[in-house]
Amino acid sequence: MNATTMTPATTHFGVPRTLRLGFRRIGFELRQYFRAGDQVFFTFLFPTLMFLVFATIFTGDIGEGPDAVSMATYYLPGLIAGGILLSGVQGPALEIAAEKSDGTLKRLGGTPVSPVTYFIGKLGQVFVTAILQIALLIVVAVVVYGVVLPTDAAAWARFAWIFVLGLVTCTLLGIALSSVPRTGKSASAVVIPIVLLIQFISGVYIAFAMLPEWLQNAAGMLPVKWIAQGMRSVFLPDSFKAAEVSGSWDLGLIALVLIGWLAVGLVISRLTFRWIHRNG
Amino acid sequence: MTESSDRPLPGLLGLGQPGTMTENVIEVRDLRKTYGSFTAVDGISFEIRRGETFALLGPNGAGKSTTIEILEGYRHRTSGDLRVLGVDPQRGGLDWKARLGIVLQSSGEAGNVTVRELLTEFAGYYPRPRDVDEVVASVGLEEKQRTRVGKLSGGQQRRLDVALGIIGRPELLFLDEPTTGFDPEARRQFWGLINTLKAEGTSILLTTHYLDEAAQLGDRAAVIAGGQIAAIGRVDEIGGPDARTPVVRWTDSDGTAHEQRTDAPGAVVANLFRAAGEPRGLEVVRPTLEDIYLTLIRERSAAEAAHGSEAPASESSDARGSTRTADVVAAISEEL
Repeated sequence: MNATTMTPATTHFGVPRTLRLGFRRIGFELRQYFRAGDQVFFTFLFPTLMFLVFATIFTGDIGEGPDAVSMATYYLPGLIAGGILLSGVQGPALEIAAEKSDGTLKRLGGTPVSPVTYFIGKLGQVFVTAILQIALLIVVAVVVYGVVLPTDAAAWARFAWIFVLGLVTCTLLGIALSSVPRTGKSASAVVIPIVLLIQFISGVYIAFAMLPEWLQNAAGMLPVKWIAQGMRSVFLPDSFKAAEVSGSWDLGLIALVLIGWLAVGLVISRLTFRWIHRNG
Repeated sequence: MTESSDRPLPGLLGLGQPGTMTENVIEVRDLRKTYGSFTAVDGISFEIRRGETFALLGPNGAGKSTTIEILEGYRHRTSGDLRVLGVDPQRGGLDWKARLGIVLQSSGEAGNVTVRELLTEFAGYYPRPRDVDEVVASVGLEEKQRTRVGKLSGGQQRRLDVALGIIGRPELLFLDEPTTGFDPEARRQFWGLINTLKAEGTSILLTTHYLDEAAQLGDRAAVIAGGQIAAIGRVDEIGGPDARTPVVRWTDSDGTAHEQRTDAPGAVVANLFRAAGEPRGLEVVRPTLEDIYLTLIRERSAAEAAHGSEAPASESSDARGSTRTADVVAAISEEL
């Protein structure tokens, strides 16, 4: 313990510091993420593994005439949406519940760190891992199953905003969901069935049009259905919009629904997040 | 709690101006915390002066951890007035937290970063952190700094907890049972570290079950039992002069054991020797802090038993009926 010259501390604990520490924390979060082998396997590789399963089982083409695409192509947008859901909701919800349970958050709560700093760290980790996860999925789709990617800039611009908006929304919902499990041990039992169920009813694995109408209406309120629809608009021929419920891609509605859920996630996260389980 | 957070408590301070060496770093007045019908903390008052090491002693469930967690800002009080570094902990912002060091009773951290990585990350949160190498050395983890946290032994993990508590160069350090799981050598090393921190002027609030540790490190101590302060004072004075009266013990020629409390043990021994030669099994014992503590706790339990169930709840309350027990269990498990 040296007695270094103590310059009178004039640290400002405002927004710039909160952001700077948050960006710094992204690296710390990523290091932890990639060292947790089981997590890398289940969250990171899951969409690619599911894609391999579906593209192997279901072969042949779907669609009419020149617009016909392989089943592998047909499944790609759904599994990208599934990956966004897994990375955004399942990853943070399980991690935060575990970190609340093992005392990590309690310790952070005793340091001069804002919850916003912590959230930026999580959001950054989610973005980096989701980009890698989906890049891997797309590479496998192209290399193994010869999926043809869109070539026009407009489609990729659409991909970008749906990806970013969908992922931020899902991450905020994941943070909100993390306060539901009462212990770290029960977190996976609470979170995983919810995420799996949502994938099945949102057109990730099963074509949305195959669901009964009441289930379509229910799932139509959830964000994943809209992310999947947006991704189909990127990767499938334009004529496929006829198969959507309204007969069009509804890009404006997609943006509205996602922004609505983003607001919901933000409000719930802000209201429910605690460094510790507290009762007054 | 409507008063502004930077005003000293009226009638409690009076020891000096903020910034001087006699300023109080902690002021607690009539602190209470209840969970349902269970009273965990039942009106305690004390203060800790700048630079002082204050030991909070008491049996499990006496209210020590609840008190310390209220002071750290983790829990909200039911009533009473508090100032920690001049701030109400319920309103303490990041600038306030930057001046604190907290070693919680339970450690815990996702285990896949190394000791060094975790300390470096935490150092970045503070305006004037200590040097990571120095902190690693001061807790004796040089050999383990590239080891992942999850691979550390219990005692090593506890040393890391202490390291994380001091990395931010705190003015006020909370140590909640810091040496649990330490081997004797690590404990001695820890005492050395605390003495260094004291020499630098760090104020320390310590809870421990090791009374020799409290005697070694503490300037003043309070014994909490049943959510109330049973005794408070300088470590070498707590319990009053009577509790410190030396005891002479010996065995006479019939094999009967004798014990005599006396302020003049030398005279007693001299008389014994003159009367019957060298006494067998002669001992002159000065009560340790542990003896005094145990006497205090016993007296208190006896008093509570005599007063029936009016006394504030403590661990013994689980004998008082099942509804009460449920509250206690809820409160204790919440404390864990």
